[in-house]
Amino acid sequence: MARFPFSAIVGQDEMKQALLIAAVDPSVGGVMVFGDRGTGKSTAARALAALLPPITAIENCPYGCSKEESERYPDVCGSGPLRKRAVPFVDLPLGATEDRVVGSLDLERALRSGEKGFEPGLLARAHRGFLYIDEINLLEDHLVDLLLDVAASGENVVEREGLSVRHPAKFVLIGSGNPEEGELRPQLLDRFGLSVEVRTPSEIETRIQIMRLVAERESDPQAFSDKWAGEDEKILRQIARGKARLPKLVPGENLLRDAAELCLAVGADGLRGELTLMRAARALAALKGAKEVKREHLVEIAPSALRHRLRRDVLDETGSGARITRAIDELFG
Amino acid sequence: MNDADPRGLAGAVPEPPDPMEDALIAARLFLAAPSRFGGMVLRGSGPARDALVAALGERMAAEGRPWRRMPGHVDDERLLGGIDIAASLAAGRPVAQSGLVEEAAGGALVAPMAERIEDGVAGRLAQALDEGAGQTGAAPALVLLDDSTDPDESPPVSLIERLAFSCDLAASRMWQDLALPGEDTLDPGGVTPLTDKALGALAATAEALGVYSVRPLLFASETARAHAALAGRSEATEADLSAAVRLVLAPRATRLPPVEQQEQDQPEPDQPPPEQPQDDSSDPPEGGEDERSEDERQKQQDELEEMLVEAAEAAIPKDLLEQLAKGNAPRRTGGASGTGQKKKAGTRGKPLGARPGMPRGGNRLALIDTLRAAVPWQQVRRRERALEGRTDEAPILMRKEDLRIRRYEEKAPRVTIFAVDASGSAAAARLAEAKGAVELMLAQAYVTRSEVALVAFRGDNAELLLPPTRSLTRAKRALSGLPGGGGTPLALGLNAARECAESVIGKGRTASLVILTDGRANIDANGQPGRKQAGEDAEAAARAIAARGIEALVVDISPRPAREGQALADAMRGRFLALPRADAKTLQSAINAAQPGGGRRAA
Repeated sequence: MARFPFSAIVGQDEMKQALLIAAVDPSVGGVMVFGDRGTGKSTAARALAALLPPITAIENCPYGCSKEESERYPDVCGSGPLRKRAVPFVDLPLGATEDRVVGSLDLERALRSGEKGFEPGLLARAHRGFLYIDEINLLEDHLVDLLLDVAASGENVVEREGLSVRHPAKFVLIGSGNPEEGELRPQLLDRFGLSVEVRTPSEIETRIQIMRLVAERESDPQAFSDKWAGEDEKILRQIARGKARLPKLVPGENLLRDAAELCLAVGADGLRGELTLMRAARALAALKGAKEVKREHLVEIAPSALRHRLRRDVLDETGSGARITRAIDELFG
Repeated sequence: MNDADPRGLAGAVPEPPDPMEDALIAARLFLAAPSRFGGMVLRGSGPARDALVAALGERMAAEGRPWRRMPGHVDDERLLGGIDIAASLAAGRPVAQSGLVEEAAGGALVAPMAERIEDGVAGRLAQALDEGAGQTGAAPALVLLDDSTDPDESPPVSLIERLAFSCDLAASRMWQDLALPGEDTLDPGGVTPLTDKALGALAATAEALGVYSVRPLLFASETARAHAALAGRSEATEADLSAAVRLVLAPRATRLPPVEQQEQDQPEPDQPPPEQPQDDSSDPPEGGEDERSEDERQKQQDELEEMLVEAAEAAIPKDLLEQLAKGNAPRRTGGASGTGQKKKAGTRGKPLGARPGMPRGGNRLALIDTLRAAVPWQQVRRRERALEGRTDEAPILMRKEDLRIRRYEEKAPRVTIFAVDASGSAAAARLAEAKGAVELMLAQAYVTRSEVALVAFRGDNAELLLPPTRSLTRAKRALSGLPGGGGTPLALGLNAARECAESVIGKGRTASLVILTDGRANIDANGQPGRKQAGEDAEAAARAIAARGIEALVVDISPRPAREGQALADAMRGRFLALPRADAKTLQSAINAAQPGGGRRAA
């Protein structure tokens, strides 16, 4: 069945905005989605991946590398002409083995012809696309470790089974989890650029609307896609325009100061919070077609960029989001 | 950051130097002589550290030296060298391949997420650092990237010990356009060995900081000389010694240097003490060691020590200060973290090495290891076959004894079971604080991925409010709904906690109990009122906990602690902690300090 159109997803604006920001500027880091099941987390992520224009990749490169990358990784990239491919969207299942994730020795080739070959894993397939991990808080620790390292460095280094392979693995990490079922390691949380909280919509009207749309799609997926194609096209243009605009947007000194002050006020540790806040504000401004990055962009994106970076204070009943809003009010009035 | 001066010193205090400045010095020394310094630990994941690592990598590449990343899932064959399966299969005989340690010799191995390095891998690396690798005899230096956020986590001690430098870049704001200055050629041989006075000052500083191992001292003296060489000096000066203290000794401090009272009363001079003229240290007064010069030298020695201790204090990481102030020195022994014993698991967890066995009964075949076991015997087997008059087309001759099965390891989580007395006697005064402390403990438990469970007792029953979980959210909810009041069914509470602990242990995990109560039981094990019976039952329940060997801590939360709490802890063979008046945070840090298995014993 064709994908669900991104534009037809009802509500969940914060999540959609975060995904669009990640699409405009992948360097913002991944998106972590906290919330209940059945809130359209994976639908939205999938829909976005399917919406994006195809990437140009070397035809028989197992990693879908661009031309520039093949120069950096001459040993692993294939050759051949450039071809368009769909943006990869890879699901990382919870029970995945290490071999499956990082890649392993191609046994068949080794046995048949005695050649040492690398069979790429899920990380390789996700290169230049999205890696989606549902219920990431339930992922086994050693998988979290290797994900963290690859997500941070943008390349997968395999040193096992007699292999020594290094290949690019740059992807937008999208994780979803329900804090009711266990917490995420702080290091992993910190790697995510943005985090959003989704809730099951509680208004009857919204719920009816969702049911109506899903039923409509099930009865005739093609017609449904066609009906929303125009809206999706608009979003696609918006992303493309945002990408083009991004390099032209240079945050001013005032804005840098605002970002630093806000991070200090809420107690977000380290430099990464500030940088993410800055990048996300810039991407948001680009997405909105603004001429410059303004404080309003910063304020709008601050909860998503910072809420998962605050030190936990369990005695403080107010959530992280509220603490950020309060700090914004105090600082910028 | 122009708030009130935190140290309360007179006069304006300059901004502390960016930690990157020292890290750059360490990086230059490291690059000039990687194998002499063993390598460096870089703490504080973030853009600043990334920039430094990138700069180091570029420099190594420019000099044609290997710079290899070592992923955490490296296996022994790739680390140390071993049999190349694919090549062996093709050749029909074992073909050896070199390992990362050998390939990176003369350069460096970079270990990301070093706090997660397995003990086995750490041991092999430590050995390689000590002995040198392969035929060349040169070992690679190590760059450990330490991402730990919790004081309980740290890279393996065996490795930290062997690396000279340690820099924490978490607070650094220097990350843009970071560059290492041009190639340093330094010849510490050109620097005269440290004087006895300088060596004495280093040793005394190490002592003052609680750095006991000798390796850091050796590194410190080497560093002082190399630092002098870097500056083009032929002799190490105070500046060089102080750099050595900052880079090598201070990060290893396990205690704060003792503070002299009189010094605190005097305002600090605005200017640092002027450097002593060089001939002070190099030219001993001629003509007889009279008493005056002895005194003089002793005084100089003291001054030098003081200065070095000051340098160390400035370089000691802030979180260490906080830890020390809490009376909770970071544990450098490893092992006692939030996670419990490792256990061999059947089918889940991190893959361990394979062992011989039949792939059945849930055991999975480890194909690669099986092949690896078979490959060396191929020629022998073919010859045997030929003697038996059989020819074989099979590319590889397998025997049953080649079969290897895979083993997995799951870390058995530690489960801390809180038993909270919510009775009237305890509740009114202390329940809110106890709740707060439990919440704070929970918040900490989630960092170490340990689990918590919650038992509450009041009125005539005890219930398991929260089965073992890692979810802070659920625990908070369970706690907030906990009402107070009623009698104190201590025996019931203890039994419920013990049952929970037994089921946890039954699942192969480690359990410890924290019991928050005033110890004044008045409801017996059958839920009937009666102080005498209740007391006896509680004691019996406590003995049952002792009999099962479950770690326990009794926290007396009554306004005026009496004998009951201590007696209860004794019966449980557990620890006792009296908290006459405390808020949640004090309570938490007290529990932390005295946590079962936490290394520190409560008085």
